[in-house]
Amino acid sequence: MSGITKSPWILHYDASSCNGCDIETLACLTPIFDVERLGVINTGNPKHADIFLVTGAVNEQSKGVIQNLYRQLPEPKVVVAVGACASSGGIFRDCYNISGGVDSVVPVDVYVPGCAARPEAIIDGVVKGLAVLEEKHKRMRLAKEAK
Amino acid sequence: MTLVLALVALPFLAGLVLLCLRADAPRRGVVIVVTAAVCAGCIMLACLPAPMELGELPVSRHALNLGMMAVEALMGLYILWVGVRSRHFLIVALMLAQGAVMVWFERLAGADANAGHPLFVDKFSIIMALINGLVGGGICLYALGYMREYHTEAHRDIPDRRPMFFALLFVFMGAMFGLVFADDLPWLFFFWEITTLCSFLLIGYTQTPEARKNALRALVMNLAGGLTFALAIVCFYRETRSLGLQALIHSGHAVALLPAALLCFAGITKAAQCPFSSWLLGAMVAPTPVSALLHSSTMVKAGVYLILRLAPVITGTTVGMMVASVGAVTFLIGSLAAITTSEAKRVLAWSTVANLGLVVLCGGIGTSQAVWAGVLLIIFHAVAKCLLFLCVGVVEHKLHSRNIEDMSGLVLYMPRVAVMMLIGMAGMSLAPFGMLISKWAVLRAVVDACPVLSVFIVFGSAATLFFWVKWMGKLVEVVRPQTRVIKEISLDESLALYGLSVATFLACLLFPLLSTQFVEPYVAGVYGHSGSLGQGNIIIMMIMMMLVMLFPLSFLSGGRGVKLVDPYLGGANAGGGPCFTGSAGAVETMTLQNYYLGSVLNEVWLSRVAVAGGVVLLAVMIAFAIL
Amino acid sequence: MNPWLRLILYLVLAPLAGGLLAGWDRRVSARMQSRRGPPILQPFYDVLKLWQKQNLAVHASQNYFVLFFLLLVVFTGALFFAGSDLLLVIFALTTASIFFVLGAYKASSPFSFIGAERELIQMMAYEPMVLLTAIGMYMATKTFYVHGIASHGGMLVLALPGVFLGFVFMLEIKFRKSPFDLSSSHHAHQELVRGITTEFSGRALAMIEIAHWYESVFLLGWIWLFFASSPVLGVVMALVVYGFVVLVDNVFARLKWQTALASSWIVTVVLGFGNIIVLSLQR
Repeated sequence: MSGITKSPWILHYDASSCNGCDIETLACLTPIFDVERLGVINTGNPKHADIFLVTGAVNEQSKGVIQNLYRQLPEPKVVVAVGACASSGGIFRDCYNISGGVDSVVPVDVYVPGCAARPEAIIDGVVKGLAVLEEKHKRMRLAKEAK
Repeated sequence: MTLVLALVALPFLAGLVLLCLRADAPRRGVVIVVTAAVCAGCIMLACLPAPMELGELPVSRHALNLGMMAVEALMGLYILWVGVRSRHFLIVALMLAQGAVMVWFERLAGADANAGHPLFVDKFSIIMALINGLVGGGICLYALGYMREYHTEAHRDIPDRRPMFFALLFVFMGAMFGLVFADDLPWLFFFWEITTLCSFLLIGYTQTPEARKNALRALVMNLAGGLTFALAIVCFYRETRSLGLQALIHSGHAVALLPAALLCFAGITKAAQCPFSSWLLGAMVAPTPVSALLHSSTMVKAGVYLILRLAPVITGTTVGMMVASVGAVTFLIGSLAAITTSEAKRVLAWSTVANLGLVVLCGGIGTSQAVWAGVLLIIFHAVAKCLLFLCVGVVEHKLHSRNIEDMSGLVLYMPRVAVMMLIGMAGMSLAPFGMLISKWAVLRAVVDACPVLSVFIVFGSAATLFFWVKWMGKLVEVVRPQTRVIKEISLDESLALYGLSVATFLACLLFPLLSTQFVEPYVAGVYGHSGSLGQGNIIIMMIMMMLVMLFPLSFLSGGRGVKLVDPYLGGANAGGGPCFTGSAGAVETMTLQNYYLGSVLNEVWLSRVAVAGGVVLLAVMIAFAIL
Repeated sequence: MNPWLRLILYLVLAPLAGGLLAGWDRRVSARMQSRRGPPILQPFYDVLKLWQKQNLAVHASQNYFVLFFLLLVVFTGALFFAGSDLLLVIFALTTASIFFVLGAYKASSPFSFIGAERELIQMMAYEPMVLLTAIGMYMATKTFYVHGIASHGGMLVLALPGVFLGFVFMLEIKFRKSPFDLSSSHHAHQELVRGITTEFSGRALAMIEIAHWYESVFLLGWIWLFFASSPVLGVVMALVVYGFVVLVDNVFARLKWQTALASSWIVTVVLGFGNIIVLSLQR
């Protein structure tokens, strides 16, 4: 047990979301769903975070920001795309200002569908992300030992 | 005996020689040779046992006294002329009053003025002589390089009067030696007045209107102190027919209290305590060696030296309580005021005033523990503050600015000077280095004697932390990578700076040795017992010092295992470093500016409170001394 | 008990106790907010995870400052529990905090910079009261040494009620809890993003957390000192005070630094200094 899955800290970023998915994400922190039971903390700081939670489709302004934030997340890190827009661009996919979902900028590990994605689905997505995190952590450790 | 006299006379002679030398090279030679000789002499003196048995004077006492009277008369006439020329009524009045008192004294005393041995050397004198010689010598060396750059590059519009400058530096050094070795009060007064004159001439060196104004202010306040000094001499002589400082210290309260109070008043003006702090603040217009020598390390120490000497007389009396209160109030207000300003020399000046306040507090309380703490404070403050002033001088020349905000990233831009500044600041504020240990000692002494005053110390101590760490942070932060300055400091300057850094280090490291070899014997000699550190505490402090000194070693790891990324700027980083994409897509650069707490503290208001408080406390002191 | 034994017990047990206290704090806060809250061992999982994360920094040397912050905090607590001079303990803690602040300055980002400035203001706010607490204890027991104060006969809180209340007020600042969590918002809050800890990650952040645990145990030990004449009551009161600190944290909103500074100094003068004056008159 490495402990890495027991303390997932989240960085929540709204790319160009209508805020529907954001409200649902923040609802996970409320008493009804209470993700802090799982050790989840919503830090606003990429350097402290493990899971990069992105809502909304990617436009020109958010492209640079997502790249900057992604660079400032320490390894191992996991990207979770929450909602239809983050997954594939959703209803705005063909707009002139949208380049698509989050995977057009950074590699995504978990896609959470829905418009808006339900809190139960978001929590499920985060838990799936934890499995990916554990996997990446094992690979990181093996790579370090190989050196 | 010859050594002592040589230490006093040699700098005077050197000063006269330097007055005649116009060229730089012979000046360098004389300064280096004399400084080395003085340092050697001081170290030799420190190895001799003390209090010393001093032999007969080589010249007749009578002849020396006549000589001193002549010089004093000349100085008095010069000051009168200065006062008349600048239409400064107060200077003229004070000088005339002082002259009148001294004439009255000469007529009263007659032959008595030649009795007794005029010199007295004990451990405390040796400590002050070491500070004067080593620190003062270092400053003279530094001044060679500094003043050359001052006149050739930084301030080409100021007339080059370096012969007079260096002459005054050495005359001053000789006067300080005379001051700490003198037992005869008129002799002490003679050297005291020389330092006043040197301070006046050196502050006004640049001859700008601002410099002239500040020089006159310094002169007025120091003359007020001189007047009370003269009155003290007359007062003491009339009661006891004696003129010795040691005699004064050992006389009973009934006789000695009023002269001691008047002498403390003189010490308070010399040490720029409330209400006289403004002259020291104003003296910062002078070139840096002046600020370092006169106004932090040596001349102002003469004031607190006198007060500490008189501590056994005033301890436990209302006079002593008032002196201690003046020191306490000055410490608090000085520390708070230093937070509000971003000009480096002003911060250092307020810090000097505050630390001298602590020493005055120790003197006013006057217990053996307090005096022990006070002497230690003098030692550490002299060394660390001098280092800081000299570093600020170098930085000012390279950056063309005295503003702390411009010193951002100095660790990359001028690494050696920045590290030395950090050493100086650590020496002033970080445990387990000297000043903090002294502050610990002061707290213990104050709590035993007068717990009420401790509130000033705790608040002032909290304030000092703020402005030192904020300055340290400004040096350490690196917003924009900078290229190094190739030639940071000239040879003369670097000798002095490295020497002082080593001295700061050694003083902290050898602190228990200093305490047991010099300070404790002196205090025990005066009080019969002395405050001390305690074996266990020494060990703890040594451990802590080792721990803190390991810190530079961590840089050897070279940043392995750490990946460097941009700072967090809301994800809007643009092109690395301090740039980010601002509104309307424009690329902005971040700047970081320290807090100066302007909404809470105001320097002008604090000064006014200090002056008001100081006046009230001193009035009470004089009243109780007379009654 | 042998001081060396106490020292070793502190070095080994303090992080465990501190972590449990932190976990208990989070759980109780969650319950107050009608939530379930994380398991009590959560802080240990957090530190374990942080230790294994990649270490990112803006400047490599910022982590050295944090290492020495940790070392000096441990040194402070060790000094305290070994029974030495209380003033030296306070100055050691001050030095440790200075290293932390300088590390944040080194990181040279706007958030860590303002966090550092606010941390300095916080230090300026609580330092007078902390020193007055040591002075008050000296006046009541005639010694600055912790082992001397602990073995003093009477219960100190009866002689030093004002000092005790002032000290508890300062604990709110020292534990970095509302209304005084100005420099680095704890976990769920984000005023300055993460304030002074913004630019630290991985091991450095873990070290900061562990240092806070050591510091918590040291501070609660100091509360215990007020009740030292009956040790069990001391432990109970230490936990009660900690619970009170958590309660205040959940009830109050954050204040501005001006208010924090002014209120701390007023409390220091009225409660702390008032107590000192009473004691000096009694002598």
